[in-house]
Amino acid sequence: MTEMVTSLEALAAKVTDGAQIALPPDYSGCANALWRAVIRRGVRDLHLVGVPVFGYHGDLLIGAGCVAVAETSAVTLGEHGLAPRFTAAVKAGSIIVKDATCPAIHAGLQAAERGAPFSVMRGLIGSDILARRADWKVIDNPFGDNDPVVAIPALTPDLAVFHAAKADRHGNVWIGVRRELMVMAHAARDTLVTVEEIVDGDLMADPVTKAGTIPGLYVTALAEAKEGSWPQGLPATDLVSDHAHLARYAEMAKTADGFAAYLAEFVTGREAAE
Amino acid sequence: MSGPQSSETDVQLEEILIHTIAGMLEGLRHVAVGASSPVPGAAALLARARSGEATRVSVLGSEDHNFFTDGGKELFDCAGQGRIDAFFLSGAQIDGKANINLVSIGDPDLPKARFPGSFGSGYLYYVVPRVILFRLEHTKRTLVEQVDFISAPGFCEPNVYRPGGPFAMITDRCLFDVDKARRRFVLKSVHPGETVESIAENTGFDYDVPDAVPTTALPDADTVALMRGRIAGEIAEIYPAFARRVFGLEKAA
Repeated sequence: MTEMVTSLEALAAKVTDGAQIALPPDYSGCANALWRAVIRRGVRDLHLVGVPVFGYHGDLLIGAGCVAVAETSAVTLGEHGLAPRFTAAVKAGSIIVKDATCPAIHAGLQAAERGAPFSVMRGLIGSDILARRADWKVIDNPFGDNDPVVAIPALTPDLAVFHAAKADRHGNVWIGVRRELMVMAHAARDTLVTVEEIVDGDLMADPVTKAGTIPGLYVTALAEAKEGSWPQGLPATDLVSDHAHLARYAEMAKTADGFAAYLAEFVTGREAAE
Repeated sequence: MSGPQSSETDVQLEEILIHTIAGMLEGLRHVAVGASSPVPGAAALLARARSGEATRVSVLGSEDHNFFTDGGKELFDCAGQGRIDAFFLSGAQIDGKANINLVSIGDPDLPKARFPGSFGSGYLYYVVPRVILFRLEHTKRTLVEQVDFISAPGFCEPNVYRPGGPFAMITDRCLFDVDKARRRFVLKSVHPGETVESIAENTGFDYDVPDAVPTTALPDADTVALMRGRIAGEIAEIYPAFARRVFGLEKAA
């Protein structure tokens, strides 16, 4: 049974030190209100996995000192430029980066969701991405002739964490076409979700909503969080990205002092509002 | 960037680039556009408009110009099957062997500079037949003899599955063709205000220079109007700051 959690703090308590966590990109569903609560808890040593990249939320977590490892194909604030705390942490050597390429992350999650030990993929051979990933192996295509392919081991995060438009009281979560969230939930051991709205009825009863719904089977716990993706928007809702705020973040986070002021104003100082 | 002036219009450099790239997309079935790619995105949308909507365009991050329904993996699966004809890649550094670096300068573990990362390049460069490289800062700092980190190699050993690869490279100064057999760039045209010599002064790798190198063609008035009208509105959904800067446009409500 999906646990219906009544506060963000209670949901944030399920994000424990050292957890490996699958994160969606900024244009999917980012659980930013939840991440602010996680930062307020002072969680440490997270291993973030960008599916296949991450942005603002990961940069915020890195800046707040919550992250040990960033496994991702990129970290970016999109039009707002480089992710400043990620960049600073890499240059200082204070986090480990496991660089990937997008389909390799998807391949690892897809192996996990089918319970297979690995997936194989094309590409990568001759790159420094592959050269620096001792956990990926070049193998010979057993059905081919002198045809090297890359084996990507199953990637099974401890947690998948995201925000979505709505869920019902059975724990079913509607994600529409953002189906990377479905793969994340299938692959992860546990999935924590915040939603704009918990609705009456059953999202599985209508095939139109069922097609875009993650069954409660995969959802460990969920909580309601209005505008829970802010300052990011949320697909298939009226919530659009707050670009003025993101530009302000990009500017403030350029320095450690500026980032500390940002945290004080918008994260630790925001608790009462959330 | 302030654009060069033509005698007839106030065509901007970005508009020349968009027009030039769109010309390389004519007749294609499906063009995909990745992250941080406003000029290629506008070019793909221009090519679609001029094709009478025959060319499909998928723009990452767009809800209006993206028909994928199977999540983030679908672009790559689609490309792996050969269903995507053209894609665009850039690099903090690009070298004369068409290797691209999207990761870092110096030791990757303690870099002097760190960039976002390789995105899908470690796959798409291998499988998309027509990869157009773009680098809108053409200097010896960016176009180098040897990249510091290979996000994706320009070319592979013969036994590596590689139906895709570099097709051309466009910069803010010129257009290069790719000689696949010799694994070298070939200067194809220089943008207004540039010369064969100015390209040489600003390029850190060796490339071939034919006897005659024309100036890159300017878009005609109809194309400029199309870019500043419909295309500006379309690209503003994904790149509002770019649309504002180049086309003076605010994102539509």
